Amino acid sequence: MQVTDWLRTDHLPHIWCTGCGHGTVLGALIRAMEKAGVDRDRTVAVSGIGCSSRAVGYLDMDTLHTTHGRALAFATGIKLARPDLKVIVLAGDGDLAAIGGNHLIHAARRNLGITTICLNNGIYGMTSGQLSPLTPGGYRTTTSPHGHLERDFDLCRLVQAAGATYVARSTSYHVQQTILLLSRALAHDGFAFVEVFSQCPTYFGRRNRMGDPVAMLEWLRDSTVPAGQAARMTPEELRGRWIIGELHRATDVPEYSRSYRRLIDRLRGADGGPDAPGAVEGTPLPEQHPDVEAARAD
Amino acid sequence: MQGNEACVEAALAAGLGFYAGYPITPSTEIAELLAERLPRAGGVFIQMEDEIASMAAVIGASLAGARAMTATSGPGFSLKQENIGYAAITETPCVVVNVQRVGPSTGLPTSPAQGDVMQARWGTHGDHPIVALTPASVLETYVLTMKAFAIADALRVPVILLTDEITGHMRERVVLPEPEPLPRPGRSRDGGRGNGQTYDVPPMRHFGEGRRLLVTGLYHDESGFWTESPEAADRMIRRLVNKVERRKAELTLVDRWYLDDARVAVVAYGCVSRSALRAVRQARSRGHRVGLLRPACLWPFPDHEIEAIAGTVEAIVVPEMNLGQIAGEVERAAAGRCRVIRYNRVDSELIRPDELLPVLEGA
Repeated sequence: MQVTDWLRTDHLPHIWCTGCGHGTVLGALIRAMEKAGVDRDRTVAVSGIGCSSRAVGYLDMDTLHTTHGRALAFATGIKLARPDLKVIVLAGDGDLAAIGGNHLIHAARRNLGITTICLNNGIYGMTSGQLSPLTPGGYRTTTSPHGHLERDFDLCRLVQAAGATYVARSTSYHVQQTILLLSRALAHDGFAFVEVFSQCPTYFGRRNRMGDPVAMLEWLRDSTVPAGQAARMTPEELRGRWIIGELHRATDVPEYSRSYRRLIDRLRGADGGPDAPGAVEGTPLPEQHPDVEAARAD
Repeated sequence: MQGNEACVEAALAAGLGFYAGYPITPSTEIAELLAERLPRAGGVFIQMEDEIASMAAVIGASLAGARAMTATSGPGFSLKQENIGYAAITETPCVVVNVQRVGPSTGLPTSPAQGDVMQARWGTHGDHPIVALTPASVLETYVLTMKAFAIADALRVPVILLTDEITGHMRERVVLPEPEPLPRPGRSRDGGRGNGQTYDVPPMRHFGEGRRLLVTGLYHDESGFWTESPEAADRMIRRLVNKVERRKAELTLVDRWYLDDARVAVVAYGCVSRSALRAVRQARSRGHRVGLLRPACLWPFPDHEIEAIAGTVEAIVVPEMNLGQIAGEVERAAAGRCRVIRYNRVDSELIRPDELLPVLEGA
């Protein structure tokens, strides 16, 4: 398998900066799709706005490049209209943790079968380096020139609490692990979330004097701890380090689009199928329809 | 039944496959009824986490092949605007029902208004195509909802059904037309991506057909890939806008009453047009040569209809439940050939025939 088999090579070179980690993550996703046996003609990749979202332009499959933060909401419509399609969301940290945070927690809550990949470089790259909710504490950006005072999200814990049934984290340094985790996420039946730390040497690295892209990859390596090793470490030892690996997996929660199909089947079965009264044609409305006057409120 | 119910009946008859919405009065009956009935018809209803997500999910479902709609009101319509623009630039068919209420902001919840006429046209940023239909009765809500789906599919545009709290909640005895299958045009299986052919309205393609589509809100060329070429950008946006504008004549829906000998014409739409018709009839019975032109398609605006009457009448009266959003369009189309008299209410009260009558008689 060549990675380029999955790419619209006529639209390369890509727009990403030299040393950006996003290409590494895209390559890992392609290898993971190959590994998981994804049928690309029955798969849709959806993205929002930002550097990472341009990835869908290069993937040679059905792709949807949407509005800022809304990739998961668009993906929800696709998955519910066509539950047989595999739906992948590729989004940045600004997309998922800031403007699209509401969609993230609700997609997780529903356990809708979408494989969501957060390419987290901790910065708004497309707009040249502003603060993100995932910018680590103390780091400088163009909108936190004095070092920022906010706390950053632990996005994996957030989506797990919201109801995601597969949660994992990796980095662009840990390529083989990223491939493995993404392939498991793709095979998972439910809302799967993989956060992949990615380096932005142009805006994050330069402003924080982190050196070249290789130095940033070493920073990613040194600031992360595999989940197994983390289990044997004290809170003091873990301070300032991110746990990578498979963080959560649940298999006892029904996937939402199939639950909805079962509801349709049950209702249509109970009604005797599509030709039954009340199914399609203009038949009397249900008795329990609320009185309009009583419903006058905000 | 009430107007909101008629909207639901029409959507189901049109073969609605997907509805996403968020509760907001006075449109909520549409969501409640579809939550009950759409899954029974094999479609999917979902209450999304917010108005923005509802619009996004509708577009996603449409791209996946479902006939899709949402319904909302004032504040929700504002929130949907960015993604309505996305539907316009990606040429994704969808229907957005806006049961108008008094704004701006939370306004007077939830009393009627016609304040979203200009927002329906220009609510999203940038030049873009849009079609907006405005019914004046329960039956017409049914007819125009069906038509909205047909236009959305035929032209690959978002279509706004601009109703209002009165039309949405008013109950009338109606005999619904026999449901007829609404064919989905433009879905030929010939051709492929990037075949270099230029279209007025490109054939609709869906995800999951093995075509490996790229759909983007960026300016794009005929292959679908984003472009920064000024020539391709200019070509794309002019084609998008013109595909609606050049069909203005066939999209125009007007009713005319007593215009042949009219000295004064009323131009009214939606709920107000019914008061206007009564006022016109009263004025006629008192010997005044007054007529009524009622557009049911506001966007594209029927300039040619206004031009035609502006040359034959002395004055056009435009009663609206806003501060003159369509009156400005009428003035533009009339271009000084006759006087244009505005009559406006924004206090949540319907304009009554008896208050219009002296305006017509004094015009």
